[in-house]
Amino acid sequence: MEVKLTLNGKPVTEQVEPDLLLIDFLRAHGCYSVKRGCETSGCGLCTVLMDDRPILSCSVLTVRAGGHSIWTLEGLQQEAEDFVGFIADQGADQCGFCNPGFVMNTIALLRENPDPTDDEIRAYLAGNLCRCSGYDGQLRGIRSYLESRRQKGGSHGAER
Amino acid sequence: MEQKDKEKREQNTPEYKNINRPVRKKDAMQLLLGKPVYMDDITRRDALVVKLLRSPHANAIIKEIDTSIAMKVPGVVAVYTWQDVPGSRYTNAGQTYPEPSPYDRLILDRHVRFVGDAVAIIAAENEKAALRARKLIKVKYEVLEPVLDFRKAKDNPVLVHPEEDWYPPCPVGGDNRRNLVASGVNEDGDVEAVMADCDIVLDRTYHTKAFSQAMMETFRTYTELDAYGRLHVISSTQIIFHCRRILSHALGIPKSRIRVEKPRIGGGFGAKQTAVCEVYPAFVTLQTGRPAKLIYTREESQIAGSPRHEMEIRVRLGADKDGRIRCVDLYTLSNTGAYGEHGPTTVGLSGHKSIPLYTGNLEAYRFGYDVVYTNLQAAGAYRGYGATQGIYALETTVNELAEQLGIDPTRIRDINMVKEGMIMPAYYNEPANACALDRCMEHCRQMFGWDEKYPVRDMGNGKVRAAGVAMAMQGSAISHVDVGSATIKLAEDGSYNLIIGAADMGTGCDTILAQMAAEYMDCDVDNVVVFGADTDVSPYDSGSYASSTTYVTGKAVEKACAQLKEKICTIAAEQMNCDPGEIVFEGKQVRRMNTKETMTLEDIAYKSQSFSTHAAQATASHSSPVSPPPFMVGMVEIELDKETGQVTVLDYMAVVDCGIPINPALARIQAEGGIVQGIGHTLFEDVLYDEKGRPMGSSFMQYRLPTRLDMGKLRVEFERSYEPTGPFGAKSIGEIVINTPAPALTHAIYRATGVWHRELPITPEKIVMANRRKNDEISKGAE
Amino acid sequence: MITIQNYVQAESLEEAYTLNQRKNTRILGGMIWMKMEDTAVGTAVDLCRLGLDTIEETEDQFIIGAMTTLRQLELHPGLNAYTKGAAACAVRDIVGVQLRNMATVGGSVWGRFGFSDVLTLLLSMDTSVELYKGGVIPLEQFSEMKKDRDILVRIRIRKRPGQFVYSAMRNQRTDFPVLTCALSQMDGEYRAVIGARPARAMIIRDEDGLLKDGICEASAEAFASYAAQQAPTGSNSRAGAAYRTQLVHVLTRRGLLKLGGM
Repeated sequence: MEVKLTLNGKPVTEQVEPDLLLIDFLRAHGCYSVKRGCETSGCGLCTVLMDDRPILSCSVLTVRAGGHSIWTLEGLQQEAEDFVGFIADQGADQCGFCNPGFVMNTIALLRENPDPTDDEIRAYLAGNLCRCSGYDGQLRGIRSYLESRRQKGGSHGAER
Repeated sequence: MEQKDKEKREQNTPEYKNINRPVRKKDAMQLLLGKPVYMDDITRRDALVVKLLRSPHANAIIKEIDTSIAMKVPGVVAVYTWQDVPGSRYTNAGQTYPEPSPYDRLILDRHVRFVGDAVAIIAAENEKAALRARKLIKVKYEVLEPVLDFRKAKDNPVLVHPEEDWYPPCPVGGDNRRNLVASGVNEDGDVEAVMADCDIVLDRTYHTKAFSQAMMETFRTYTELDAYGRLHVISSTQIIFHCRRILSHALGIPKSRIRVEKPRIGGGFGAKQTAVCEVYPAFVTLQTGRPAKLIYTREESQIAGSPRHEMEIRVRLGADKDGRIRCVDLYTLSNTGAYGEHGPTTVGLSGHKSIPLYTGNLEAYRFGYDVVYTNLQAAGAYRGYGATQGIYALETTVNELAEQLGIDPTRIRDINMVKEGMIMPAYYNEPANACALDRCMEHCRQMFGWDEKYPVRDMGNGKVRAAGVAMAMQGSAISHVDVGSATIKLAEDGSYNLIIGAADMGTGCDTILAQMAAEYMDCDVDNVVVFGADTDVSPYDSGSYASSTTYVTGKAVEKACAQLKEKICTIAAEQMNCDPGEIVFEGKQVRRMNTKETMTLEDIAYKSQSFSTHAAQATASHSSPVSPPPFMVGMVEIELDKETGQVTVLDYMAVVDCGIPINPALARIQAEGGIVQGIGHTLFEDVLYDEKGRPMGSSFMQYRLPTRLDMGKLRVEFERSYEPTGPFGAKSIGEIVINTPAPALTHAIYRATGVWHRELPITPEKIVMANRRKNDEISKGAE
Repeated sequence: MITIQNYVQAESLEEAYTLNQRKNTRILGGMIWMKMEDTAVGTAVDLCRLGLDTIEETEDQFIIGAMTTLRQLELHPGLNAYTKGAAACAVRDIVGVQLRNMATVGGSVWGRFGFSDVLTLLLSMDTSVELYKGGVIPLEQFSEMKKDRDILVRIRIRKRPGQFVYSAMRNQRTDFPVLTCALSQMDGEYRAVIGARPARAMIIRDEDGLLKDGICEASAEAFASYAAQQAPTGSNSRAGAAYRTQLVHVLTRRGLLKLGGM
């Protein structure tokens, strides 16, 4: 059946099977950042934004995404570049397989709450598993990004 | 030399530009920005989809298998069964030849040995067709009684591997007629005499489970025929060269017909030191001539992967009242599951990498072991590789000893631990050339505030706070075995290509090896480009496992760089018409000493490309007769809710001696990641089977990994030592970091509850029910 | 792997209902569970165009559309003011923000899952469900009904003045609960709702008047013992019955004390 959606700001119209999951649609459209880490909606690797809300693309039918706006990391490179260097500085990228989902959910977090506490960061990102880093390096990276933004005098999320 | 080493240590290694620096991983931005770098991102989308039909029975013989209906599903290209595959046995273990692991596998066997064992290979144009076909394969099994309890496996009348062609390439004491993969004992001193003379002997038995590595990227392999008709394998593997050999054995084709390449790997932790899935798509490609791809589901990774060896460890510990530990007798029963990958070797570490921690006053030790087959998922290599299990058992016994003697558990270690310069009889008589374990303990005690946190504090409402401690060691590479190699070549702009066969699986070894090359070549890290790994291109490397890459491959980088410098000088000398001995290498240029004449690297590189007979590249290999242990101390503070059994980790602090950390940021992340995995294994990651041997933890819904809400605050610091046999004084870091959480948490839980838990994981239920039993006993005693 | 032949965004509840009378039709919720099933669905009916994704607060009730997500439940100021944060507390440990942005209240309630935090929470309040054909019935009654082919449209929570406390025990922070426990007092009526026993949540009322003189240490203890007797528990991979019964006792007592401001 036909689905019309906006993918990273561009309209896409296509015939798809009704049971095609959004993650598979996205990967077929070159959005390779979207990863599958489990089949049980529990790892966060496939996180994308649907109408600005973070969701699990492994658990959405593509046809259900019709009429909505989908953003993957491919479309949010600049917003990600603002802060991922700080995570790189911690070495917390590690194997990298969980990074896109983690980065997408961090984008969602910072849009929703531009100046989160450590506990708010942990709570918001709890659905993003990482087996390599032990999580603390990711937190330090986000924290030092927020610090640097503060020092630059930018008010919370003012650049957006 | 010794003086210089000491100075280096004390001066904080200031002379280095690139070593002991937190350099960003070279691939960091690509990874963080989600670029397509993993197997499924870079391989053909029209490859055949490969799926496996798996056995529902723990032990069965395939009586009949009918694939005719499955073959009729549109899109299905092939279905293979045991009748279609080669008949010579091999092992999937990624180990140096001859492998200590037995040759006990066929690609598909008529005898299936665990729930999840492969029964048939399906290749189809798309996933839907493959899955439909899988449902339509008709199999009749003769279901046999399985061996599910590893304590009853040895000499059980039911044999997991009754076959005649079972073959052990190394004599490790195995016997398939006894369900035995390996068996042995070694000792030093008169254990029974010393035990008899000790004031106190503790005899304790511990049980650890088959924890899953659960790396985020599941097992996966892509195969195709290349332009020469060779089998080109792109796999998420830690062991390209072993993988090539394994495929050659399994498929019965020459190694020259196989090329194995690894792209970025989404985590391994040892899981991908076993060729878990490579052989299936490779077989499909050879049969059909078409590209094929197999991506394990999470369920498959959980039930048919290569998890930790379940072990039961009995420790007899002899000591005197003053706390001197005089004797250790350790016996390990290890469960290798249905196939023997890494069985004979993991078990060794349970003794050899625990007992030497107590070299201080040790008069005698004995370490015995049996490794048995069962009809459960085959185990493999997992970070820590047996040391984790042994250290959990021994460290817990030492904590119990300290508590019984009323000696502070950190102080009892002060007087017994191995110290720099000691010979370690339980560690192949290797010397502890670099050992800062004593400083780690003192540092951690201060940082953690041990003296304040060790006493149990009642927080009200049933909650108490308590602390625990543990030490750990590991090795750095397999001595006398592992080979690391590096090729370094000069490019026209004066940059270098570093080509390795070790596998960066997220750890950052590409970067730290580049740091080393940059240090030797006196340039920026950005000036070194790294490639790894491809059997057609890379120099031979055993692969990334056994905490070997920094230590062994790093040393190969050192050697290769030294050779390249000489070659650069030779090329320059030819141009300057002088003897190479007159030329000194100065990083961006070389200089002829007496004339002060210089030549830039750029000019030298161009010269090497024009009418030159000297290659501006060098390859070197390294191997080590010793495996210097890194050391570590971990301390944990928990809050335990006595009424619900809930354990909340508040603080985990650790101090690590990995020699000189080449990249402190990456070393720290290794430590933090290892600690969090260890916390998971200790508190909730569990491996459960039903009474028929069917796994219950087949998804992340059941097998729970720690999230960032489960780990408390981490703090990791380093105490440096200088290992003379390692590159820049470095030892390893990758594995040791997983070893302290289980004993430290077990200790803290004892402090909070008065109960020693000797089986992992220690769930809230176990804590509550054990407390209840203890209270019942106390009240019974009072009556 | 689930397969779906047709997908329909229903234009009306009547259309959804009619489609749902066929056996291989499924109404989609958040699709978290359905996705994992190994079944063939004929028609998947999506209620997404029916405006059922809001929480409406009136003077005397909250009206929660079936397609409202758990995340909306977590963040709704009015509902959390009324429940003193119990609503957020009940759902915040469910996997992660992304999943809670998808999982629907309707899906949770319709599923009547044993482990459901949502069902436990809602049963502690004066909650009814609005079924397309079945009309408005108390949630307690609905929770014991077999699944039929009706359609769950809305959840209605009557704002009876009261106090609410939610707690759950989990082996790992974002795991399924080993036990859920919601305590409430509405107009003097006390309820303990115990879920993940592992069977479905049930309401335990103060039939014996243990709390008639209010909450104190002794009455909380007495009612906790009573709850532990009343709530049958069982075993699964996460815990055994005896431990669960102890949790019923502990969580009920602690919840009551909190309810009583102690």
